[in-house]
Amino acid sequence: MISLRTMIRNGFDRAERLLDRAFGPDWNPLAQLGPIGWLLFWIVAISGIYLFIFFDTGVTQAFASIEWMTNDLWWHAGLARSLHRYASDLMVLVMFVHLLREWSMDRYRGKRWFSWVTGVAVIWFVYLSGITGYWLVWDRLAQYVAMVTTELLDTLGIFAEPIARNFLSPQTLSSRFFTLMVFLHIAIPLLLLLLMWIHIQRITEARTKPPRGLAAITLVALVAGSLALPAVSQGAADLASIPQAVGIDWFLLSLYPVIESVPPGAIWAGVLAFTLVLAGTPWLPRRREQAAAQVSLDFCNGCSRCIADCPYAAITLVPRSDGLPFTHEVAVNPARCVSCGICMGSCPSSTPFRRSGPLTTGIDLPERPLAEVRVEVVDASAALAGEPGRVLTLACAHGAAAKPAPGRVVLPCVAMAPPSLIDYIVSRNLADGVAVAGCAERDCFNRFGVAWTRARLDRTRDPYLRERVPRDRVLLVWAGPTEAARLRNELAAFAARLAVLPPYARARALDEDEITDATGESAR
Amino acid sequence: MTAPSSGPRTWRARAHHLAAGGVFSLALVLGTAILSAWPVWQSLAPGTAVLRLSFTHSGARNCRDRTPEELAKLPENMRDSQVCDRRRAEVRVEMDIDAQPVIADDLPPSGLAGSGPSRVYRRLELRTGRYHLDLRMRDDPSVQGFTQEAAFDIDLSPAESLAIDFDSTTGSFFVH
Repeated sequence: MISLRTMIRNGFDRAERLLDRAFGPDWNPLAQLGPIGWLLFWIVAISGIYLFIFFDTGVTQAFASIEWMTNDLWWHAGLARSLHRYASDLMVLVMFVHLLREWSMDRYRGKRWFSWVTGVAVIWFVYLSGITGYWLVWDRLAQYVAMVTTELLDTLGIFAEPIARNFLSPQTLSSRFFTLMVFLHIAIPLLLLLLMWIHIQRITEARTKPPRGLAAITLVALVAGSLALPAVSQGAADLASIPQAVGIDWFLLSLYPVIESVPPGAIWAGVLAFTLVLAGTPWLPRRREQAAAQVSLDFCNGCSRCIADCPYAAITLVPRSDGLPFTHEVAVNPARCVSCGICMGSCPSSTPFRRSGPLTTGIDLPERPLAEVRVEVVDASAALAGEPGRVLTLACAHGAAAKPAPGRVVLPCVAMAPPSLIDYIVSRNLADGVAVAGCAERDCFNRFGVAWTRARLDRTRDPYLRERVPRDRVLLVWAGPTEAARLRNELAAFAARLAVLPPYARARALDEDEITDATGESAR
Repeated sequence: MTAPSSGPRTWRARAHHLAAGGVFSLALVLGTAILSAWPVWQSLAPGTAVLRLSFTHSGARNCRDRTPEELAKLPENMRDSQVCDRRRAEVRVEMDIDAQPVIADDLPPSGLAGSGPSRVYRRLELRTGRYHLDLRMRDDPSVQGFTQEAAFDIDLSPAESLAIDFDSTTGSFFVH
């Protein structure tokens, strides 16, 4: 039976394929939710700073100044107000879609718990930022928000006197209260920014900027939408009456109708339970993870290629400890390593051609070492014998080729395969061609697998694919979990192309010694 | 090497992405704009008003006179004639609407030591119309009956917000 997670993941994959057509894979907004969230934050921050120039914090002046901006200065301050509101709303939407997507892709458990847990705090600070902002407008909606919020807060019994008393009548509310709200509306977003920064600490080269094209599309759409449907107020607040019907911002204020309908104790219990359950999700249940990458100092000269390629900042350069004549060696932080194997693919010593002794590489996965991958490749090639246009597939475990199949070696990430492995397959006649079948191009499961694989095979990033490997014998195909049919077609077309190629002149079969090396007990 | 789903984007492809992506993004922004103020939430039923009773008031402290012997043991500058418990008395408040009791609470003093004022904030939603309110408060348990009483005739209009407060300096209830 298909799990809920798989259903949602496949749903995302299908939606992303549609958006691939509209935006292109590199601008696909569903694959750029984090960077878009950052962009929206900066739009909100800059528009907010601009609004503050014109905003007056007095009880009566607050609403009047907002109306002045909206009606008289509509072409700049009014526009900034609409941008401020709609970017905030979109931030909520982006945040929850991001959360659901990461959950469906199972990128929140195990070593990745840190980003998830810090993200939970981000959720509440986004809401607090938005709610305090709505108060400042001091229209009927602001009055509603202020009264419901303060009545709920008063049930905690922690204030010297009920803060809802500030809203008993027009006489009880002072401008100093607005000064406090302005302070909160500045302080909370600053704390939010700090949390967002912490949120991305355990990943390398965190993307905080969407591609320029996508950023431009987003900004232009926000400006156009703001001009078409500008944000407006809902009449001046009047504490002599109660707002009967209010146009709720369903992104930031959707909890308010619930607050009005449910006892306060249930609300606080719900908030606490939601926070604890969400923050505890990475351990419900905990994922059994592969052992972290291990360094073999005999084969490590501290070149730091693995550090540059690690997507999770799990590898660092430390002073040499074994007396060999190198200044540094690398060290793996097991708490951060997700065992994607990208480091193994980046290590210059990861070459399956090696024949002297056991195949040990500078950095390797203990539960999936290069030696074992070589064995799997040789075994997979046996399944291809006799087929015209033999294609050996190096597949990503998170893409369309994740399921085992004859002639296929499934890896945690295709970037785990060093380019020399492709050379090995082709030059040792294990197949007529190699298909590198990664996950969806728009968003590599292990962040940089797509980029590093492409760069290595394009010979723009170490370790390069050797020039001697004929380009027409290597197929790069990116396919998400719901693109099995396309993958099948592309592999069939590739096999057909290979079938009509003349034999590769430099190919030779593995000799007996090499077969023993590759498949002998020592390798296993 | 072939990479069908990758490679540089042509200007034509980019123009398509800008147009199609722009249309999608604009639709998303417009949808967001609509949902930022619609549908309307009916917070208060039509033909209803809100009456709130709220005040902060300190209950009496339980004090007794010091005996001459107790005073004699104290330094001269600390010889207060009375000694009081730190904790204040609860404040009893009652409100009837048209002779029907709607609030009858003993309000505990605030603070960890119970030395702060008692506080109340109660919100009642009422149909519009005329009502007679009777309010009673007792802030000193040693007093029989109530220490403060008041009565108000109010006429609530739709969506009206009316608040009843207590002024500790004058010792009387009043309507905001």
